[in-house]
Amino acid sequence: MSSVTLNKAEPVAGTAPGTGRGPARPRRIALVPTLTLLLGALYCLLPVAWVVIASTKSGSELFSTFTFWPGTGFTENLSDLNAYRDGVYWKWMGNSALYAGLGALLSTCVSAVSGYALAVYRFRGRETLFNVLLTGVLMPPVILAVPQYLLLAQADLTDSYLSVLLPQILSPYGVYLARIYAAASVPSDVVEAGRMDGAGEWRIFTRVALPMMMPGLVTVFLFQFVAIWNNFLLPYIMLSDDEKFPITLGLHTLLEQGANTPALYTLVVTGAFLAVFPLVALFLVVQRFWSLDLLSGAVKS
Amino acid sequence: MTSPARGKAYGVGGAPYARPSRTSALRRTRSAPFLFLVPATVLFLLFFALPIGYAIWLSFRKVRVSGLGLGAGARKEVWAGLENYTAALSDSELLDGALRVLGYGCIVVPVMLGLALVFALMLDSERVRLAPFTRLAIFLPYAIPGVIAALLWGFLYLPDVSPFYFVLDRFGLPQPDLLDGGPLFLALSNIAVWGGTGFNMIVIYTALRAVPAEVYEAAKLDGATPLQIALKIKIPMVAPSLVLTFFFSIIATLQVFNEPTTLKPLTNSVSTTWSPLMKVYQDAFGNGDIHSAAAQAALIALATLVLSFGFLRAANRRNKQDDSQGAAR
Repeated sequence: MSSVTLNKAEPVAGTAPGTGRGPARPRRIALVPTLTLLLGALYCLLPVAWVVIASTKSGSELFSTFTFWPGTGFTENLSDLNAYRDGVYWKWMGNSALYAGLGALLSTCVSAVSGYALAVYRFRGRETLFNVLLTGVLMPPVILAVPQYLLLAQADLTDSYLSVLLPQILSPYGVYLARIYAAASVPSDVVEAGRMDGAGEWRIFTRVALPMMMPGLVTVFLFQFVAIWNNFLLPYIMLSDDEKFPITLGLHTLLEQGANTPALYTLVVTGAFLAVFPLVALFLVVQRFWSLDLLSGAVKS
Repeated sequence: MTSPARGKAYGVGGAPYARPSRTSALRRTRSAPFLFLVPATVLFLLFFALPIGYAIWLSFRKVRVSGLGLGAGARKEVWAGLENYTAALSDSELLDGALRVLGYGCIVVPVMLGLALVFALMLDSERVRLAPFTRLAIFLPYAIPGVIAALLWGFLYLPDVSPFYFVLDRFGLPQPDLLDGGPLFLALSNIAVWGGTGFNMIVIYTALRAVPAEVYEAAKLDGATPLQIALKIKIPMVAPSLVLTFFFSIIATLQVFNEPTTLKPLTNSVSTTWSPLMKVYQDAFGNGDIHSAAAQAALIALATLVLSFGFLRAANRRNKQDDSQGAAR
């Protein structure tokens, strides 16, 4: 887990004390890899740097001054954004946090309980069930979203918070990761010991297995949080009332209206800047808790 | 560590009738996994199986309009057989979209995974500096929604905003329209590459880190250069993760929707049917023809499965060949 966050180069193997290859030379920097990685970093940071700077430009400066030249209108842009349709922008942010936070939480619970069951118990049809669940990963989202919309319309649930939340609770990928993690972190003798003590299966799961699975579940939660936060298609199809929009859909409609009223472009840019913030901050904070090794483990099996 | 575990497990299995309460406990144990799987199964049936079944049902139906289409009984849903499918296969808008997306995929997948592999190998090389910073910076776009990524790049493609045009202007060079014709493909591909490289890099990089250092020792003693080690040892070692990233990239690319939809307000060159999924959306909600939309969606799903699994099978077959060759030597 920590091997991803820590990246201290291992002691150079060739100069191990036993080999006796002359005096230790001062360590050189590998120039080509370092420069290539820096170029890659520059490329990836470019649009982010732009949106930070562009959010300070006033409407006239946005299209007239040099790309990376800061402007003078940040506070004005901010108050314009706050004033736009009585602060609907912050409503979108709140909605995104609700969809992604609650959705990822429920999704992690379902993934945990299913992954645990698939990893710890042996029963007929286990692999079939698992494979059927996994095919869900391969289904193009629009194949699901259009009939989901039509079915939810019959239940009179479209254009509601539930219509965006419910279809995203079951994440085949989350179940897959939880199963791998449960198999690796919950030893069968611990489960047996719980049974010998007379604990029920549910109690063993919640009291014994769940704490052991926690690091993997944090990863599942984060994946699902990002997936829901970034989702555009499902709310695009389900919602028409812009009070319920998540931030992705809100900014999209703002950009669409900007095609007719260019004054809205500064709002779009400022809004994009503020929308980039929370997730990037979240990433910087949770980076160390994120066990990406789980991914390579997943790859190997 | 494993032997006591085994001992206990056998102990339980070997003496199930030691106490009378054992059988009921065993029954509880038997039913537990099914109870645990109830939420996932219910959600799967409601939000995966039912919609797919419904879409397939719809794809074999059509609306027949009698007379002027007015009045209660004028619009009737009837059985259509394969009519919607044959119509979809001869629909030039859908085929054009499919060709565009294939071209787009041929740019995105190799470039994105090539960059991801190169970055991962360089992060894994010795004496590289600033690796934690660059790794995080390259991974950062993963945290930015595709819609917002497309929005940021979309602005950077506009002549009045872009630094590229600023430079071209200074030197009096011709200024191509980035949001039209051939450059539009590159512009869209760039957004996908920007957004996807970091994640794939991390997947490949973690696979590289899992390779024990001893594996490289012998090669190093034989005087192999870092480049030789990367090509001859590291890349074959992470081949499974490369296959997996390829597989998921193909699926994701064929379903491109967000980026072109977001660029649409900035240019006239992105039509409402630019990609097959946009065409499905347009037919279902723009034209209100859910039946042909369902048939097209089914065809796209089929094409995605055939392409992605075809790739997986080809990759597996090559792996097996390599293995048997290795064994023969």
